[in-house]
Amino acid sequence: MALTREQIVRRAAQELRDGYSVNLGIGIPTLVANCIPPGMDIVLQSENGMLGIGPFPTEAEVDPDLINAGKQTITEAKGAVYFHSADSFAMIRGGHVDLTILGAMQVSQDGDLANWMIPGKMVKGMGGAMDLVAGARRVVVTMEHVAKGDEKKILRECSLPLTGRRVVHRVITDLCVLDVRPGAPMLLVELAPGVSVDDVRERTGAAITTEGTPKTIAL
Amino acid sequence: MNKIRPSAKDALAGIADGMTLAVGGFGLCGIPEHLIAALRDSGVKDLTVVSNNAGVDDFGLGLLLQTRQIRKMVSSYVGENKTFERQFLDGSLEVELVPQGTLAERIRAGGAGIPAFFTPTGVGTRVAEGKETRIIDGREYVLERGIRADFALIKAWKADPNGNLVFRKTARNFNPMMATCARVTIAEVEEIVPLGALDPDAIHTPGIYVKRLVHGVAYQKRIEQRTTRPA
Repeated sequence: MALTREQIVRRAAQELRDGYSVNLGIGIPTLVANCIPPGMDIVLQSENGMLGIGPFPTEAEVDPDLINAGKQTITEAKGAVYFHSADSFAMIRGGHVDLTILGAMQVSQDGDLANWMIPGKMVKGMGGAMDLVAGARRVVVTMEHVAKGDEKKILRECSLPLTGRRVVHRVITDLCVLDVRPGAPMLLVELAPGVSVDDVRERTGAAITTEGTPKTIAL
Repeated sequence: MNKIRPSAKDALAGIADGMTLAVGGFGLCGIPEHLIAALRDSGVKDLTVVSNNAGVDDFGLGLLLQTRQIRKMVSSYVGENKTFERQFLDGSLEVELVPQGTLAERIRAGGAGIPAFFTPTGVGTRVAEGKETRIIDGREYVLERGIRADFALIKAWKADPNGNLVFRKTARNFNPMMATCARVTIAEVEEIVPLGALDPDAIHTPGIYVKRLVHGVAYQKRIEQRTTRPA
């Protein structure tokens, strides 16, 4: 059984480590904030200029001067700090953000990421994604394993314009967890309950391998 | 040294067709909404606008797109604006998409007298095409140019008459760098306090960067994604 969106989020939350500063991308990654294990100390960075994102506000707490990078209203956690965009990306580019979790349109076997444009169709811009993948110490992608119409998204080479080259460390999908090892096949480390290695191979356009039996994703 | 102007319209004096403007804000947060409205009313056109986003169809920089006063946008993300998309696809609007951190640093560098810098962002992507690259300590970097503007239009929370500025929460975003990158920086603020009322240790933008001030009243401060939890 493929994971639900919520289960992908819960699996992605297992990437968090105590003391991490983390930047969460828009969409599925943003939801990881709701699954931080109790007692774990995580500081969420928002590239529009904040460390220490709190929960969404109540109606009475809504403040138009306080938003996240997805332009959603938010609150500040205790100990939060604000800064300008150049400082924000100094943190990101300078390797001070431990982990970023991002969505993707395509990922290649060697960890290339494409998530910012479809030529002739969609031109929204890359926002902060190119800086995040260039600078964050660890880059994890969460996405559906295949696109609509079973089109493969994990490929030997991306066909879409890249966000970064050889930048992704791990891919978490509704079917499995894959680790990128540039120059070698991707390593299938975990499978969703009831999903087989062959199921993954069939839906993956890149070379994958296993070392022993992949673990079942713990939920 | 009187920096305070009586209206947004007066504050914009000297902005002419074809100029390059840096406009603060992230989405609709921290945008100089009164200066943008006055700029639309002024009718200046063929502008190059450096701003992280392009507003929404009927607010922020979207107002200047509707009236076709902008010839070129330099931005990192423009996804929330259909007018923008239409003008871009029909070729009437030129667009330079820049990674957000590179955009912030290009503006910071421009304001700090640094003409160009090497960054790892965008290496191996379309962003690096046609640009000089260099391997430094084993890693590849791309050369990006600093940005200078004729005018910067920014929004702060509080100012004193010297133009010292304090921003509020995430409305700070691109405003402090933009204040530094222009020949003339115009700041609109929610409150102008007397000299000495701001703690000198807590000023975000020193007044040396700010040439003109205007007091904005009745801010709309529109919210793009109102997300709440139950009380």
